[in-house]
Amino acid sequence: MSIAGGKTISGAVQALTFSRRATIIGGLQASIGILLAGRMAYISVAENERYQLLSESNRVNLTLVPPRRGWLIDRNGKPIANNKTDFRVDLIPDRMRDKEKTVATLAELLSLEPEEIERINKELEQASSFQPVQVATGLDWESFASVSVRLPDLPGVSPRQGFSRFYPTGAAVGHLVGYVGIASAEDFKANPDPILVTPGYKIGKDGLEKTFEDRLQGKPGAKRVEVTARGKIVRELDSRPDIPGKALQLTLDIDLQEYAARRLGPESGSVVVMDCKTGDILAMTSMPSFDPNSFSDGIGQTEYGMLRDDDHVPLRDKSLKGLFPPGSTIKPMVGLAFLEAGLSPDDSVNCNGGLRVGNRRFRCWNRRGHGRVDMAKGIYQSCDVYFYHFAQKIGMNPIALMANRLGLGQEFPLPVTNQFYGTVPDPQWKMKKFDRAWQAFDTVNATIGQGYMLTNPLQLAVMSARIATGKKLMPNLLLNEKRKAAETLNIDPEHMAYIHEAMSQVVNGAGTARRARLPLDDVKLAGKTGTAQVVNLDFGRGGKDVAWKFRDHGLFVSFAPVDNPRYAAAVVIEHGGGSGAAYPVARDVMTFLYDKEKAMNILSDLEKSWGGTIAERMDKQMTAYRAKVAIEKAIAEGRITPEGTVATGETPNAEMGQ
Amino acid sequence: MNDFIPAPIAQLPWKTILLLLVMASFGFVVLYSAAGGSLTPWAGLHMIRFMVFLSMAIVFSRLKENFWKAIAFPVYIVVVIMLLGVELIGAVGGGSQRWLNLGFIRIQPSELMKPAIILAVARFYDLLPAGQIRTWGAIWPLLVLIAFPCALILLQPDLGTTITVVAGAMTVAFLAGLPMRLFIGGAAAVAVIAPIAFFFGLEEYQQRRVTTFLNPENDPLGAGYHISQSKIAIGSGGIFGKGFLNGTQSHLDYLPEGHTDFVFATMAEEWGLMGGVAVLAGFFLLFRWGLSVSMRAKTRFSQLAAAGLSTTIFFYVAINLMMVMGLAPVVGIPLPFLSHGGSSMMTIMICIGILMAIDRHPGRRSGTFG
Repeated sequence: MSIAGGKTISGAVQALTFSRRATIIGGLQASIGILLAGRMAYISVAENERYQLLSESNRVNLTLVPPRRGWLIDRNGKPIANNKTDFRVDLIPDRMRDKEKTVATLAELLSLEPEEIERINKELEQASSFQPVQVATGLDWESFASVSVRLPDLPGVSPRQGFSRFYPTGAAVGHLVGYVGIASAEDFKANPDPILVTPGYKIGKDGLEKTFEDRLQGKPGAKRVEVTARGKIVRELDSRPDIPGKALQLTLDIDLQEYAARRLGPESGSVVVMDCKTGDILAMTSMPSFDPNSFSDGIGQTEYGMLRDDDHVPLRDKSLKGLFPPGSTIKPMVGLAFLEAGLSPDDSVNCNGGLRVGNRRFRCWNRRGHGRVDMAKGIYQSCDVYFYHFAQKIGMNPIALMANRLGLGQEFPLPVTNQFYGTVPDPQWKMKKFDRAWQAFDTVNATIGQGYMLTNPLQLAVMSARIATGKKLMPNLLLNEKRKAAETLNIDPEHMAYIHEAMSQVVNGAGTARRARLPLDDVKLAGKTGTAQVVNLDFGRGGKDVAWKFRDHGLFVSFAPVDNPRYAAAVVIEHGGGSGAAYPVARDVMTFLYDKEKAMNILSDLEKSWGGTIAERMDKQMTAYRAKVAIEKAIAEGRITPEGTVATGETPNAEMGQ
Repeated sequence: MNDFIPAPIAQLPWKTILLLLVMASFGFVVLYSAAGGSLTPWAGLHMIRFMVFLSMAIVFSRLKENFWKAIAFPVYIVVVIMLLGVELIGAVGGGSQRWLNLGFIRIQPSELMKPAIILAVARFYDLLPAGQIRTWGAIWPLLVLIAFPCALILLQPDLGTTITVVAGAMTVAFLAGLPMRLFIGGAAAVAVIAPIAFFFGLEEYQQRRVTTFLNPENDPLGAGYHISQSKIAIGSGGIFGKGFLNGTQSHLDYLPEGHTDFVFATMAEEWGLMGGVAVLAGFFLLFRWGLSVSMRAKTRFSQLAAAGLSTTIFFYVAINLMMVMGLAPVVGIPLPFLSHGGSSMMTIMICIGILMAIDRHPGRRSGTFG
């Protein structure tokens, strides 16, 4: 009974405990329910706006459409730089999952070269997470489609149809026009505009592309698309078209530019042609050059290596940044200075092949001497002794003043990234620079365009144009730019006529460049040769028989026609071995201006002997360079010995067997 | 009711069935939308399964208390053996080993353990003489009953189910009248042990889930992604939702597991706070019914089992909703009646079936007249 009674009491207690505790459980459950309801209300009401925004930014993907860049066109409306439709594939590093696999898949789909894969991997390593890495451009539709259909398995891969910059004349405009490229991390830091990291968007990196970036750039379009979490586009919501950049018309005659570039052939040099009426630059080329198309597509390491290692410096714009002693090309300018200083053109000197100045004998280029030389003969025979003699009488200052008036030592207001403007030395300059007094031999050196005297090819062209016209012509690159008419230089017309005649004699008379006579009946060329020594060679002049880098520079300044100057040109052939390398180029370029067919015939014969057009020669050079790099690499890795024998695989195997 | 309806049908718990039917139908509607407006692959199957398991539950409801008492321990032992089987021959699925393929059906024994442990513990306290409830003898068998299945489920590893199993057993023990101080002390001990367990006991992926649920925005693409996207779905739904078939988070695949564990977010995106309140109200009615069944039950086993089973379903709901709303780490627990998934629905309908059985047969208070 007591047990049963105890149990009964316990049972009752237990029942009580149960209902009490069940109430607790129920209460707990209810409070959790209220908590959940409250939480949900908080998320969906109080934070609704924020989450709606997040949901929208999930759903809607705003893609910027890179604007088409403004064209660069020449004076006749021909394209210098335009845009071509382009299928391209890029990688967005921070959206990629398995980088290695993705790159491998792309390499297979697009059959990429090992060198390209190496570049992509390297750029992937270096790129900030948001910076697109270019995989390939200029794809055909099939390759592009093969990537597009595999997109769901390739996160971070962005195939796009867009436009890429195209330079129809390639290397001929490389230095002047520059190139475009992907914005750098610094650019993005300075201006964190998302367009900068949109695949396919390029900014001007050099030359006119850089200077006129704002004008050429245009305004990006935008596309709002609905996308799934895996990046698949469900539908397009709306889009705003891009506003293309404004076209820019240059003063260049692109045909002439290309002709000049091709005519320079395998030489390293520059041709600048100016319009004597307006100062318009019709051609400004520097060769060898790089193909801006390669740069704009993201240049390969090997190609860049080739350009960097070339002793002809294809990466430097010789027209604006190449400084050369002008040599005898400044003699007409010096002649004008003499005339203005009151020297009679008939005053003459006897040239016996040299002149003693101080305790040193300065030679004339003609060791046998020119006999009696007046100013005209001094110019057309380029007699150095004439100028040695009278320069000492007149002094350096009038010469330097005239040089400056005619454009030497000047920086011109051109829309280019950089100009090296060289030196026109005078006594004050030397004192300031070297803290030494001006000596007679300094004048003697300067008067034949040697010594401290340094000019760039553009300045030489400006000098020619100013001598030709007597006007203070300023070089222009932009057509129809509003500008004042050129002021006169206030040079006595009689002096000008005298110098013009002497310069005509250089080509058409008993001068130093008789082979420069134009193959035209009605147009006569006037010019002046120059041969600038690079080093003092004890064994004579730096002709073709010495190493390339010791050879003399060949120069030629000219204008045509003599009686009513229309065009002025300067040609500089770096280490050309003498002016003989320069004036045939000037002759053919001038011929092109009047008779394209004749000029082209000359060129096609020459190009046959050089081994093809610029692009063909660059391709060959590239192939050779690749082979060289491959061999060097193989030697470095020990796969072949420098003697050329292929290391066999047996030796290491035998060692491994031990 | 009246004479026109046959007694066996009239006797069915129609109110409860109607409630379940409404909730499962809402689940059907949500899954239909989650599939982009399609019966396949989820909505149709969901409804078929529900009907099958509802039939099973109705059959269960005819079985009397003595049957459930009788099978409590054998079922427990069978399920433990099945869990062992999972360890030995189970197929690998979903990153952990949870499934047992019996040839004609693939089942998840850890799910079956949820009702099984309730029945076993309820049976144990039913058998335990009332006077011993405050002795050591009331505790160690409970620990043994919990230890076996939990060890096996943790091995899989499946933290969510382990928690549910332990919590279910503890709830029954609590209701059975174990000293209150044990639970208060236990809670204190958990507070101390939890951090230690976190650093030494959890797998790295589990640790990550715990740390990121606190701050999912820190790791939007990694472990926090689920919670971030779930909150975006719920939050962007607002009060009235984006409308049926208009959810973008679910349709554009931003919401992961939108048809299983995160089905509530899928629902909330399209139906808004109103839909959420409706779901909560449905569950409120269900648990009120569950607790009332246990309160009305006359025998100790019935009381404990009913309360325990009801609470087991509650754990599903609470943990799942806390997870999708960013109040708990991501543990793989589905939402009853809405989530797509056969195993969990079977478990829940087993619980419902037994609850309906107890509802129908509240039993006679034993000993009252003795």
